[in-house]
Amino acid sequence: MSWEMVMGLEVHLQLATESKIFSGAANRFGAEPNVQACAVDLGMPGMLPVLNEQAVRFAVMFGLGIDAQIGKRSVFDRKNYFYPDLPKGYQISQFFQPIVGEGVFNVPMPDGSVYPIRITRAHLEEDAGKSVHDAFAGQTGIDLNRAGTPLLEIVTEPDFRTAEQAVAYLKALHSLVTYLEISDGNMAEGSMRCDINLSLRPTGSDELGMRTEIKNVNSFRFVERAIEVERLRQQELLEDGDRVTQETRLYDADRNETRSMRSKEVANDYRYFPDPDLLPIEIDDDYIEQIRSNLPELPEAKRLRFGEQYALSSYDAAQLVSSRELANYFERSVAISNEAKLTANWILGDMAAAMNKENLSISEAPVDAEALAGLIQRVADNTLSSKLAKQVFEGLWAGEGSADDIIKSRGLEQVSDTGALEQMIDDVIAANPEQVAQYLAADDNKRKKLIGFFVGQIMKASKGQANPQMVNELLLTKLNNA
Amino acid sequence: MTAQDPMAFATASELSAMLAEGKTCSVELTQYFLERIKANDDHINSVVTLCEEQALASAKAADQRRRDNSHTALTGIPLLHKDIFCTQGIKTTCSSRMLENFVPPYDATVVQKLNEAGTVTLGKTNMDEFAMGSSTETSHFGLTRNPWDTERVPGGSSGGSAAAVAAGFAPLVTGTDTGGSIRQPAALCGITGLKPTYGRVSRLGIVAFASSLDQAGPMTRTVEDAALMLNAMAGHDPMDATSAARDDEDFTAGLSGSIQGLRIGLPKQYFSSDLDPAIASIVRSALDELVAEGAELVEVDLPLTHHGIATYYVIAPAEASANLSRYDGVRFGHRCDDAEDLTDLYLRSRSEGFGAEVQRRILVGTYALSAGFYDAYFKKAQQVRRLISDDFHRAFQDVDVIAGPAAPGVAFKFGEKAADPINMYMEDIYTLSVNLAGLPGMSVQAGFHAGLPVGLQLIGRAFDESTLLRVGHRFQLRTDWHKATPVLNGGAA
Repeated sequence: MSWEMVMGLEVHLQLATESKIFSGAANRFGAEPNVQACAVDLGMPGMLPVLNEQAVRFAVMFGLGIDAQIGKRSVFDRKNYFYPDLPKGYQISQFFQPIVGEGVFNVPMPDGSVYPIRITRAHLEEDAGKSVHDAFAGQTGIDLNRAGTPLLEIVTEPDFRTAEQAVAYLKALHSLVTYLEISDGNMAEGSMRCDINLSLRPTGSDELGMRTEIKNVNSFRFVERAIEVERLRQQELLEDGDRVTQETRLYDADRNETRSMRSKEVANDYRYFPDPDLLPIEIDDDYIEQIRSNLPELPEAKRLRFGEQYALSSYDAAQLVSSRELANYFERSVAISNEAKLTANWILGDMAAAMNKENLSISEAPVDAEALAGLIQRVADNTLSSKLAKQVFEGLWAGEGSADDIIKSRGLEQVSDTGALEQMIDDVIAANPEQVAQYLAADDNKRKKLIGFFVGQIMKASKGQANPQMVNELLLTKLNNA
Repeated sequence: MTAQDPMAFATASELSAMLAEGKTCSVELTQYFLERIKANDDHINSVVTLCEEQALASAKAADQRRRDNSHTALTGIPLLHKDIFCTQGIKTTCSSRMLENFVPPYDATVVQKLNEAGTVTLGKTNMDEFAMGSSTETSHFGLTRNPWDTERVPGGSSGGSAAAVAAGFAPLVTGTDTGGSIRQPAALCGITGLKPTYGRVSRLGIVAFASSLDQAGPMTRTVEDAALMLNAMAGHDPMDATSAARDDEDFTAGLSGSIQGLRIGLPKQYFSSDLDPAIASIVRSALDELVAEGAELVEVDLPLTHHGIATYYVIAPAEASANLSRYDGVRFGHRCDDAEDLTDLYLRSRSEGFGAEVQRRILVGTYALSAGFYDAYFKKAQQVRRLISDDFHRAFQDVDVIAGPAAPGVAFKFGEKAADPINMYMEDIYTLSVNLAGLPGMSVQAGFHAGLPVGLQLIGRAFDESTLLRVGHRFQLRTDWHKATPVLNGGAA
């Protein structure tokens, strides 16, 4: 039997507000335990939450970014459960009336197509603290720095069928929220945490199978792997005639397996009810329009524009717009060089490779948009062959100055002078009479192979600086007249 | 010590005048009341924490302020806080074992505002545990006795506060009222107690019972003092999202106005056959005094009055069940010894830390919010709450003030109702609808039945405390009921 996988994702996105969602404590990652938790975050007696307007603004920005309904009136509810890192014994969340309603998110796929994902809702809530299980022998530490960090929980419909779609969605989401500057989207630091609801059903079936929820997978790669191992696990169970248990599972990256965290068969009763400490959020059209008019160009629009304006492939455009900095870098560079396709190739090729190697982002890369444009201009005007251009790029990366400086200091200018090239060609022909004879005796097919030998010799003699196109033309003329 | 002791039963206004005239100083007043409490409270048990050192230091500072002419009317006046208000550096127990050793690192906004006005905090008063009760019998620190008859309850939950005013331990005492917890003990102890409009006074730093109902207010000897004290307590607090964004008012400004032509509504449901005829008669006599001042009595209809209790006892416990979840033995408050695991820590810390009534309400509230019961209980109660509020709104289209009894009877004996929660809950039948509707309500001493005080309750439109205060003050100008004082005789009732 063949199986169809069905997935829905829940993403908890930490919003990059100055302070926490219901208190004035700073909202930053990485401080000493419990120094960024005030009396409100600690759930001290008599303390009250006061809503941070910036969190509301960020949620509305996200909603507008996916063309979703913005709840004109949304309400905070208390979600009741006991856990040591949940100071009040309830989490303030939005259950009945979320701030962001239904929307559609168009996810660019690696093949250049677009896969629309339906967003069910997105709601504001506060993060819990952290239980630290490995710092004290036999004891659990509680760090409440994270308690009260604003979260936007983004819930999708069960629209995913492959791991590739899920990863593409997460990447697109990451790109959207960083464009909006509402989150740093850093999965490793927990700014963007993904829960995967996954089930299998016989191909062709309309009914959903029993699902499991995989919690807190913290990188794109792990998302892909976690989905794959869970799919296989469920498939084995079903093919053995067993049933899948509805439960929460944890992905263990070291062992590349999921394992049961807690069973959901006895469903938790969170006893949601409206939080009487907070008034409903009332949002009017002016507020929404004011935010809408200040939104930056978003990835989807930018991708379409790049395709048209710069005649880029859908794939290249999608790659370039994946981060706002990258897209800006591209546009700044093209504005100077006027060479869109070359620039895209360089950014997605050599630049990307160098950045990956040193684990740098585009804003940290030592080659800025102007420097790259300088290099591309020399490629475009044939000063540099692509091979020489790579050497110049290395020089740029190493901080040796502008492309022109490096060309001069390294003596890398391409030799396009006909006289000089003819001299080199004559020398090579004279030094290899045997190969010349072979060439003259060969048919067209063999000639094409033999020509490579001569070009190689000439490039060697020119230390790679000969203009390869001119060498080819001149060489053919000379050999054919030999 | 006798009832004639002029200082013990002086009003804050009178003491303020004495301070202004230099006839006494705050240190003298403070020492006097501290001594009086120490000499007389053993039997009453209205004060759970006395903070002598801090009080004397505040008194000195207050005297200095008066010398510097940077004082308010309340500067130097001794005061007690219900032990539900967080006081920085002073234990705040909510009369619970759970918070037996809790010392907050912050002041409640109310405490801060009164400190800024220059009042002198003498200590903290006893209460029903977490404000859950109508008799102050549920306190972990022992019951409080009614100064009028020490075999009887002072009411609750602000029973310690009411008893302290009645006993002459301080002219000003704070209280909180979630379903009648200021007005009912004020009635049972023969003092003045005002629950302001929900949102009038900040809730920040008040240990939460039921957040949509809790409201702090003054408990005093006179309406005039209540107005003075409310001036200091009220005001918008940006740290409390439910605090009303309104300009500050001077509640003493309209006190002496006339009530000629004022329409007073009498809900027929409040004067039904359920009401003790003796109480009804005293309340009616009090109303006659207001008629003599030119007010007009009009019957009004509050048809859902009897659904108030059921509604309240779903909403208040539901909110409480969540508000009290933070007492889990992890960060502060009582923690059981030698917990075996997390569940054991939770179960034993909470079972040991909370008394029976608190546990009962947590269970009731948890049940009312549970899956499958939410619609039938919590949601339904919210709907009825709205209808009750609508009833008041309709009545106030015709009248300026609503009047009736504050409690169904006089102070009852210890144990009389403690075994029967429903009977105890009936104590608040006239008061808790006012909380459900968020309106201001006040109890003033209106007479005696069998030697025990009876309160007249006045209910006003939202944010119209001024009218209530004017009516109450007018009544106290005409009558002397509020001047009666109990004789403290060390407990030989």
